[in-house]
Amino acid sequence: MRIWESEYECMSRDELAQVQFERLQSTLNRVYRNVAFYRKQFNAINFEPGDMNDLSELEALPFTQSQDISDAYPYDLFAVPLREVVRVHSSSGATAKPIVVGYTRQDLRSWSQLVARVLTAGGVTADDVIQVTLNYGLLTGGLGIHYGAERIGASVLPTSVGRTDRQVKIMQDYRTTALVATPSYALVIADRMEKMGINPRTLSLKFALLAGEPWTEAMRKDMEERLYVKATDNYGLSEIMGPGVSGECLCQAGMHLNEDHFIAEVVDPATGERLEPGKVGELIITTITKEAFPLVRYRTGDRCSLDYSPCACGRTLARMGRVLGRTDEVLIIKGVNIVPSRVGDILEEVQGKRPAYQLLVEREKNLDKLTVLVEVSEDLFFDKMREQRALVDTLRKEVADGIGITPRMLLVEPGTIRREEETTPGVLDRRRFASQPYPDGGSCALGDPSYPASGLEGPQRKR
Amino acid sequence: MLRLKSVHTYYGKIHALKGVSLHVNRGEIVTLIGANGAGKTTLLRTVSGLTPAARGNVDYNGQNITRMQAEEIVRCGISHVPEGRKLFATLSVRDNLEMGAFVRRDRGEVRGDLREFRRKFPILSERWHQMAGTLSGGEQQIVAITRALMARPELLILDEPSMGLSPVLVKEIFKIIRRLREEGTTILLIEQNARAALHAADRGYVLETGRIILQGTSQMLLEHNEVKRAYLGKGYREVWEE
Repeated sequence: MRIWESEYECMSRDELAQVQFERLQSTLNRVYRNVAFYRKQFNAINFEPGDMNDLSELEALPFTQSQDISDAYPYDLFAVPLREVVRVHSSSGATAKPIVVGYTRQDLRSWSQLVARVLTAGGVTADDVIQVTLNYGLLTGGLGIHYGAERIGASVLPTSVGRTDRQVKIMQDYRTTALVATPSYALVIADRMEKMGINPRTLSLKFALLAGEPWTEAMRKDMEERLYVKATDNYGLSEIMGPGVSGECLCQAGMHLNEDHFIAEVVDPATGERLEPGKVGELIITTITKEAFPLVRYRTGDRCSLDYSPCACGRTLARMGRVLGRTDEVLIIKGVNIVPSRVGDILEEVQGKRPAYQLLVEREKNLDKLTVLVEVSEDLFFDKMREQRALVDTLRKEVADGIGITPRMLLVEPGTIRREEETTPGVLDRRRFASQPYPDGGSCALGDPSYPASGLEGPQRKR
Repeated sequence: MLRLKSVHTYYGKIHALKGVSLHVNRGEIVTLIGANGAGKTTLLRTVSGLTPAARGNVDYNGQNITRMQAEEIVRCGISHVPEGRKLFATLSVRDNLEMGAFVRRDRGEVRGDLREFRRKFPILSERWHQMAGTLSGGEQQIVAITRALMARPELLILDEPSMGLSPVLVKEIFKIIRRLREEGTTILLIEQNARAALHAADRGYVLETGRIILQGTSQMLLEHNEVKRAYLGKGYREVWEE
């Protein structure tokens, strides 16, 4: 099995600890000097980066929350002047204001290297033809994978999202050997191939590298059987960098975390106490090489565990288990992070008061569907059809703008949505695997909204 | 091989190093870059025991050398070529070199080493009996480096080896530094001339008012905007870069 940067990926744990400590200390020096938010935080607890004597003392520092990033919108957490920033990515949906992240030239170089590492781990070499079906745009998925694949020297097909027939045709004609996709989209492709009467055995496909969404071992098995590939798991989030944070090797036994660039901790989400290796808790990441957008002890909101035992592949980097869920109420729908209460905020903005509402998430033919049920007043419900139609259109548009995906809007009679005993805003997740989302970095919204852009899905009685 | 962890050192009353961590692997050339007064020389003096650390740890091959005397540190395999050479001006070149071997008991091998260095650096033979103080700057630097090598160090610490030398001699000194590394000596180097130092080194650390704010491969630092602006002087090349 190939290893892209064995001098780092196979470093002794002892050497790694020294490298991590040095990089952490200079990162803390830089954020203390350049980022008002961190200067304030460190001053508040009387912390001086030079006083740190051991990696374990990182524990004493406060967490950075996604709210802090949102509050810093757009550039207040940047640690370099904007003229040093050569790329900006952004994602929305989970916070009121989008999360904006920047990269210096050096950040982009390390990013490509780290993505090259995880792609290599997943089997990709310079001889491969790699089809990237993640979103190329403000999200980090498409471009992140792209530069890493070029770094390896693979032939990159930047097909981006959607238009599945064309994707399949390209895969067939251009002899794609490696597919990068969200797990659900990989299955959509498999379905489409069946429908088009294409036998996957006749394709050149060998590897599928999957990221951005919840998936399971059962899905892996399904995919490997139907596409004749070796499928590996990947993890990344745009706040931290994008894809390239961790990725599985062909042993398929957990994702190697690039610890020489990121320090990972797992804490009890309730108390914030650090947990022993192997225990499941919230993943906390500190970036130790990023220049433009460094984060100290960022709460990812993802639940997983870390395994420090050596891997058969020879890498000494710790392995992250599958992400088992969120610590907050964030829903991942089509690769986009959504906080349900954010939908309520938008409804309130439109209607002037907060209506009773509920989010219904379903998965049909491997595609996630979001429906927002909103209670409306009785007279509107029964009498004013035109107003209803206008309201549905407005709400759909506003919610789509605010959270990044277009939901189906359903107006319902007053009293339909139960209020008691329900934790605020009701969420019904009817997907096969409830609550095991991935963060939106390296993620992908599947382009076609899959819901009609207009048309009244209006009033329906709901029991 | 060498590891510093959060080292604090006072130079007189000045808090010169405020928590410096770095490492040097066997066979590497590592350089420190930074403005005057950033703490580069203090850091070298801390490693070689001339200005011991007040806090933090200096480990060498797994041994804690933070509180060791300078001559014990030389015995551990670290030799320091100080800034401005510091030769014994009134002693001959030969005597200066023999002084360098003060920690060694193997007289026969010391003689062998002297012969070897005379062969390697013919200028030493030419000046063998001359007083070191009468030599040119470049010649003195070669004597100073050779003197440090007489202790057969594994790690050679060089403080501004090109100071006061003409461009041609600077080139010569860097050639010697690269050759030493090829022969297996590990080198920790500081240089006023950051560009020359980075070209010779594998990795570098950027020191700013006693703190490290950046580290990376020489290639990365040479291409880094902040480093370019502050330490490299954009837009011109030096003669010894060819």
